[in-house]
Amino acid sequence: MDDLITIYVTDLHGDRHEIQAPTDMGLNVMEAIKANSLPVKATCGGMAMCATCNVIITSDHELPEMSESEEDMLDEAFVLEVEGSRLSCQIPVSQEINGLELSMAPLSNPED
Amino acid sequence: MIETDIIIIGAGPCGLFTVFEAGLIKLRCHLIDSLAQPGGQLAEIYPKKPIYDVPGFPSILAGELVDNLIKQGEPFKPGFTLGERAEQIEKTEDDQFIVTTNRGTEHKAPVVAIAGGLGCFEPRKPELTNLEKYEDHGVDYIIKDPEKFRDKNVVIAGGGDSALDWTIYLAELAKSVTLVHRRTKFRGALDSVEKVQSLADNGKIDLITNAEITNLDGSSELERVSIFKKADESTTVKDIDYFIPLFGLSPKLGPLKEWGLDLNKESIPVNTVDYSTNVPGIYAIGDINDYVGKLRLILCGFHEATIMVQSAYKRIHPEKNLVLKYTTVSGVNAFE
Repeated sequence: MDDLITIYVTDLHGDRHEIQAPTDMGLNVMEAIKANSLPVKATCGGMAMCATCNVIITSDHELPEMSESEEDMLDEAFVLEVEGSRLSCQIPVSQEINGLELSMAPLSNPED
Repeated sequence: MIETDIIIIGAGPCGLFTVFEAGLIKLRCHLIDSLAQPGGQLAEIYPKKPIYDVPGFPSILAGELVDNLIKQGEPFKPGFTLGERAEQIEKTEDDQFIVTTNRGTEHKAPVVAIAGGLGCFEPRKPELTNLEKYEDHGVDYIIKDPEKFRDKNVVIAGGGDSALDWTIYLAELAKSVTLVHRRTKFRGALDSVEKVQSLADNGKIDLITNAEITNLDGSSELERVSIFKKADESTTVKDIDYFIPLFGLSPKLGPLKEWGLDLNKESIPVNTVDYSTNVPGIYAIGDINDYVGKLRLILCGFHEATIMVQSAYKRIHPEKNLVLKYTTVSGVNAFE
């Protein structure tokens, strides 16, 4: 289907999951992860006001540029300098990110 | 020992609304929260964000909703234990609960309502050797009593609203305030950023951006910090009394895990008849509970609080029949 994309998520145990997400629901990547019942803390619910949906992007997709608030938040949580570090709630689910590969970062651990 | 009818753990929107609903049926409440102010996430994380799905409010700022909830509960004179984390719970012989905080404050009631959201907010700590050694010996993450900083030399680190707000506040009170931020831009509200900049321009504070604290030093008390400036890679050592790192807070379920309650991952399963847990007398409402169809929404938490207090009443007054009263009929009868 045209309106479904695939994202590959490696969880904190190192297991890789293939998840599907619709592009017509206004979702972001954090919500797509959640919708597939994979653990993500996401305290603030997607406002770029915490860093508990932090992921490491490992594929070379061209992603929307970081907003100032995302950059500030990653910095405050000491993970801005980590290669590929993003807030998954700030990446919209769209055709451009079909096949995206990411790993959940430690800050996203709901049990931590 | 503080005695009440319902001990509410968590002073977020759900806990605050419980005060009102309990008050309508003449039950008294006391709230415990690890944060220094009521409001939970709404006050701590997003006070300036509009919320659009509170019934009757097309749009309301999270901070305003908290203020309104506090005002709504005021006639029922709730007690507050703020800046303390509910640590232990024990059952007494007369079927009551004693909840003790990390500071040793004891609370006793026949009913406990856990409205703990995502858990207690704990400060995010910078990675610094010696940091733990100086906690409560010169390092503070939460400011409960600003007076302790009067005429002291204080270094604040961080770039968000709390770092800016406390810099502005302490500029008047402390002997010296230095704000150290790892970047050149600040994340906080624009008027706070401007205020801090003008304080710096007027020599009231020392503002050091693109810099970070790299070392803490002293004897049993903190005496010095090292400040590393990224631009010229220089390090200066500064004599201080207090270091306040303000890098935000992150919620953790914390001590609740050891309370003998059933847990499903990080939430507490409840019976949706009355939001009771597996322990009779302990209820869980709001974001912290879990049931089939659960939605983590403020408005659902309000509903849960309303249902829950009815069941709490039956536990506290088993001999009395409760009749639902409408506020349009009975009004709000404030406690003495």
